[in-house]
Amino acid sequence: MYQVVRRKCLAEAIVLLEIEAPAVAAKARPGEFVIVRRFESSERIPLTLMDYDAKKGTITLVVQDVGYSSALIAKAEVGDGFLDCVGPLGRPTEIAHYGTVLCVGGGLGVAPIFPIARELKAAGNQVISVLGARSRDLLILEEEMRDVSDEVVVMTDDGSYGRKGFVTHGIQSLLERGVKPDVIWAIGPMIMMKSVAVFTRPNHIKTIVSMNPIMVDGTGMCGACRLEVDGITRFACVDGPEFDGHLVDFDLAMKRAAFYKGEEALAKRQEYAQACGCGCGCDGKEEL
Amino acid sequence: MASKAPRYDMPCQDPAQRAGNFTEVALGYPEKTAVEEAKRCLMCKNPRCVEGCPVGVDIPQFVEQIAAGDFREAARILKTKNTLPGICGRVCPQETQCEQKCLLANKGEPVAIGRLERFAADWDMAQGMRPVEIASPTGKSVAVVGGGPAGLTCAAELARAGHEVTVLEALHVPGGVLMYGIPEFRLPKAIVQKEIDALRAMGVKIEVNQVVGKVLAVDELLESYDAVFLATGAGLPLFMGIPGENLNGVYSANEFLTRANLMKAYDFPRHNTPIRVGAKVAVVGGGNVAMDAARTALRLGAAESAIVYRRSMEEMPARAEEVHHAEEEGIQFHLLTSPVGIHGDDLGNVTSMTCLRYELGEPDTSGRRRPVPVEGSEYELPVETVVMAIGQGPNPLVTKSTPGLELNKRGNIVADEGTMATSKPGVYAGGDIVTGAATVILAMGAGKTAAAAIHEQLMG
Repeated sequence: MYQVVRRKCLAEAIVLLEIEAPAVAAKARPGEFVIVRRFESSERIPLTLMDYDAKKGTITLVVQDVGYSSALIAKAEVGDGFLDCVGPLGRPTEIAHYGTVLCVGGGLGVAPIFPIARELKAAGNQVISVLGARSRDLLILEEEMRDVSDEVVVMTDDGSYGRKGFVTHGIQSLLERGVKPDVIWAIGPMIMMKSVAVFTRPNHIKTIVSMNPIMVDGTGMCGACRLEVDGITRFACVDGPEFDGHLVDFDLAMKRAAFYKGEEALAKRQEYAQACGCGCGCDGKEEL
Repeated sequence: MASKAPRYDMPCQDPAQRAGNFTEVALGYPEKTAVEEAKRCLMCKNPRCVEGCPVGVDIPQFVEQIAAGDFREAARILKTKNTLPGICGRVCPQETQCEQKCLLANKGEPVAIGRLERFAADWDMAQGMRPVEIASPTGKSVAVVGGGPAGLTCAAELARAGHEVTVLEALHVPGGVLMYGIPEFRLPKAIVQKEIDALRAMGVKIEVNQVVGKVLAVDELLESYDAVFLATGAGLPLFMGIPGENLNGVYSANEFLTRANLMKAYDFPRHNTPIRVGAKVAVVGGGNVAMDAARTALRLGAAESAIVYRRSMEEMPARAEEVHHAEEEGIQFHLLTSPVGIHGDDLGNVTSMTCLRYELGEPDTSGRRRPVPVEGSEYELPVETVVMAIGQGPNPLVTKSTPGLELNKRGNIVADEGTMATSKPGVYAGGDIVTGAATVILAMGAGKTAAAAIHEQLMG
């Protein structure tokens, strides 16, 4: 059992969970992910690491209650356990001294960008972070990002905080100011990563994105997570999750990500999440 | 001599009924039938059937005990050579192994060795399984990477020899393909569970969620164990490289079967992992995995489920019994046919597959007649789901993270045939990671060979 030792609500429907997983924490690197399963009946859900602490033996995940299974995870309270937590999986971010790097995080994507920014900073890079959210109350981990960045630019869709606009506008203003990024990391909703890649392609700025397609095993066995990168089929779980954003077929990836939307809605409608793991006392052991 | 009697059929669930459920198709011999079938054995002095068994089961001896009605002794003999008889009796391709070598096979009616093996194993299981004798502790320890047929067999053999064995399994349950791949209707998971429980009772430790190559490196294992056996199994699924293969609704057989079996998608939404089957399903391939996928699709509610295979029925690598059962259940066979493209709608969901017809030409390197495309024979097959069951490559996680491990051109681990030793001292390998996708029993054979060599290394 992998126990939740800390839970914090970061924004509406966005929850931070620190989980005891010493073996995973000992090996975790930025850019990697874990697969968790809360109950015997649960899906295997991949989540990119927000943090890890080898000394404490914990990993930290940030999850947004968007679908049925993510809701089940987000509901876990301190003391609750996950049945399974396997990882670290995927290839870690290639941390090196590049010079100036932009770390672009949109929405939930700020969470996985955090350890990348921290390690890039530790490797001697000038780290400029661009954080985006729909509005002020949905912006997460701003303080943490300020701690590991030389500069932070905040963008909100509605202008309720920072500057009004998308993260691409934030990147544009930096370029106009004369900032010359050697590499950009962009993590967030698929459409955001696509927009950043479209924007940086004519500028010839290397742009790395982190893909989070549907997975089952996450270890290179099932092929559910395949993407097309430069016209070649790749498996996000073992070839990624980070890829060159200029080569990823985002339109295909978005269609693939939407395949089970109907089933997810059905599960959510039936509200099985409410029947289990939410204080009903069964601790998930009861057959649903 | 009873050998003139015809081979006894095994009772099965009615095809129309079973196509709608996941319970086991073949029901096993009743005691009386088992005894009668066992009596057909000629008890050859030089039994050729044993040569046909990758783990060398003493076939005439256990069959003789069944004929004599001593089922306990039959099971005991069986288990001295085969640690997973309940599984092998169900999934081994007996017709190309032991039963092919049976003298009675010349007349097309070999002794039903597989069914007898299953009978003895099931009888033993029903009695609560007798504990296996274990040698006194040697003080040596072995890490087995992968809890599938190769790993479990190796673990059992080593535990029996008195070594301390830890199995490191990447998924959340041990069993490998026996759990995620082979469906319930062909191999009930309760049987696999019992065999695994028996291993635990022998003192084998099984740790799940351990992805070796990520959470632990092989070099780290060598620091805490005296030897390591790598049995990581099947890796990245192969696709054909035709247009449209990444459309929604195109599954690898691994994904399709893992969702259905391991994740219990047939019970969605009570079990939360979804699967989309649609009304019309095409499964590309002709092996056991293809049959499993096509028959699973039917049970998940597909109105039509078809096998698309580029050679003819004769060349099909699946077990004869599986093909027969599939036909009985109404699986369609598009033989001498191969897809050339898959098409989808605006949402990226599959709507049809273009197929090309083939005819058989000259024999190729495998000795089978090479299929040659018939020009202009393309036709459109309307489908909502396509399952690619054309094999898999090696998993890169262990091989890429382990220096000093020699690989072949395809990325499989190179291991000595007689010992399964790799190029890395103290490290052995077997099963699909060495051979590429093969059978359960071949993997078990490799596990057994490796266990013998490891034992020799540790005690030498």
